[in-house]
Amino acid sequence: MKDAFGSPQAVAVVGGTSQIGLAICRAVASSGRLQRLVLAGRDPSALAASGDSLRGWPVGEVSTVGFDATVTTGHDEAVREMFAGGDLDVVVLAFGVLGEQEGMLDEPERAIHVAEVNYVAGISMGLRVAAQLRRQGHGTLVVLSSVAAERGRASNFVYGSSKAGLDTFAQGLGDSLQGTGVRVMVVRPGFVRTQMTAGMAEAPFACDADDVGRAVAKALRGGQETVWVPAALRPVMSGVRHLPRPVFRKLRA
Amino acid sequence: MPAEPAAAGRELTGWGRTAPSSATFAAPASVADLAEALASRGPRGAIPRGLGRSYGDSAQNAGGLVVATAGLDRVLAVDAAAGTVTVEAGVSIGRLIRVLLGQGMFVPVTPGTRQVSIGGAVGADVHGKNHHRDGSIGAHVERMTVVLADGSVRDVSPAAGDDPELFWGTLGGLGLTGLVTAATLRALPVQTPWMSVDTRRVSDLDTLMAALEDADRRRYSVAWVDCMAGGAHAGRGIVTAADHATVAEVAEHRRGPGQAPDPDPAPRLAVPGWIPPGLLNRVSVAAFNQAWYLHAPRQRTGELQSTATFFHPLDGVQAWNRLYGRAGMVQYQCVVPGPDTVADLLAQLRQAGAPSFLAVLKKFGPGNPGPLSFPRPGWTLALDLPAAMPELPQLLDRLDETVADVGGSVYLAKDSRMRPELLATYYPRLDAWHQLRDRVDPDRRWQSDQSRRLSL
Repeated sequence: MKDAFGSPQAVAVVGGTSQIGLAICRAVASSGRLQRLVLAGRDPSALAASGDSLRGWPVGEVSTVGFDATVTTGHDEAVREMFAGGDLDVVVLAFGVLGEQEGMLDEPERAIHVAEVNYVAGISMGLRVAAQLRRQGHGTLVVLSSVAAERGRASNFVYGSSKAGLDTFAQGLGDSLQGTGVRVMVVRPGFVRTQMTAGMAEAPFACDADDVGRAVAKALRGGQETVWVPAALRPVMSGVRHLPRPVFRKLRA
Repeated sequence: MPAEPAAAGRELTGWGRTAPSSATFAAPASVADLAEALASRGPRGAIPRGLGRSYGDSAQNAGGLVVATAGLDRVLAVDAAAGTVTVEAGVSIGRLIRVLLGQGMFVPVTPGTRQVSIGGAVGADVHGKNHHRDGSIGAHVERMTVVLADGSVRDVSPAAGDDPELFWGTLGGLGLTGLVTAATLRALPVQTPWMSVDTRRVSDLDTLMAALEDADRRRYSVAWVDCMAGGAHAGRGIVTAADHATVAEVAEHRRGPGQAPDPDPAPRLAVPGWIPPGLLNRVSVAAFNQAWYLHAPRQRTGELQSTATFFHPLDGVQAWNRLYGRAGMVQYQCVVPGPDTVADLLAQLRQAGAPSFLAVLKKFGPGNPGPLSFPRPGWTLALDLPAAMPELPQLLDRLDETVADVGGSVYLAKDSRMRPELLATYYPRLDAWHQLRDRVDPDRRWQSDQSRRLSL
């Protein structure tokens, strides 16, 4: 159970090798209340390495569950295994792919893959996890969206549109769960320095995975349902959103 | 059949308005309905809920069944000759006071609010300002009727042969041993519905604690502490002490017959539904404390007050818990053996700038055999704090360590954030309680969010 400060005792990260997912684990573990951590992902050895990377953090007992985003027929089983050890107070949907947009223009299959992982699998897992949380009457589903979901850009509109779909889905899911004890938190980070973005030119308001982790831990405590990282992106993106398209096109990035 | 549907999903919190969870909510109107409601419980079990005044998650049961006892509201018997009263679990302390005063009696123990059900009072083994003399409510329960996990009904008392283990384990047992449907209490005979109150304002902690010990000559004593004042004024506060006023004392104060005070008046004020976040902050609370301190008389004796004014001042403001805004509040109540630790705790609070405007200090008398009963000899300090205060989780974890180091305890009916590892330190007889639970509820059909959180 979460305590009065939203500190969880049991957490699962779907996409258990995600650097942002692991940063969230470290941030919520600092409360000293975490007893159980479930990491779900495709590659068992990479998951084991993720678990090892958390040694020295008070994350409690770590277990792993097989999960492949693109095989939605296996999602029921993955969710069952995640909840097999008991209630989960927080489930983080941290899986996702960025994809190289340039190649996608000629190979639509690669764009479809991005949509399948980020959006289709997000819906699949979001609904299945929400059903479990409803049954237990409490818990928070943390959905990693992106600032890219806010407006389609020439350089990454496939990724952005997949996150936009996921973001809209998560908002509506959260509203549909009012009164059930279940919360959905939509997290919109800007450019995060991780392996996924390695080698890319940094965008303004870039931050680290640990910044996202801390922001999520803080929002779990305060009960916020929408989290921008850094927080300044909220007014910035509010402005960007209303730029006329000819002006927006001229912005670099 | 009740007009309402027998069960509906509902999101619930405790009085602190933190950590909401959803449960099937049943409000049986009779003991017969209760059996039906309990039969419907699933694998996540059930927990009784009285008037929802536990601060944390004691009366929540995520994904399970929450059984409101408010419908079990009959006063079953008042025996003025024997000085006892038998009531169902949903009767509030406020209503019971009204019933008893009509017969020249008073409740043996009342907490700081009368919006507490008898079932809840037993489940938390509540204490009041007379603990130094009269103990907690457990000392005044003659017998009670408990519905066990398997649906069987037991009549228990402290007497050998009446399952005293179940009796004492249910006192303070937070509804996890069974649901109390009715209890027989020994009432206190009183001459008048008035309190004769002494008030004394003192400017530092040593004097305050000495004054409080001195006040223990009276049946009721308590001190309010200004947690925020520092320096020479650290630990300043107001000590109040009282007895039930005698006929002679009331006659002395009044020319002609005065009107009897209402012991259970409706609230005069209500807090609106929306409060700006951060209303209660360091500045506003320090200002309130300063005004409260200065408003109190330096010394006044024998003032007549109604029981509602003396015992339940906060009940005059409906939904005062909303003052803490959306983030809610956390109450911290501990008991420690020595005055030095009280000074230490207050210093830690002051250094952290914790804005507490309802800090209460009292000296407990002896405890009782209940393994989960909170009161034990020593000083008890209770604080309300805004849950949104930065660094509050860490501060309370440090206070926990201080309390554990001196063999003190933290009150479970107020708890919403304790470390589960400390439970056995705070409640050294926890093993005995677990043995009882294994006997009367081996399948854990009574569960709460708190019992899950603390592995109770």
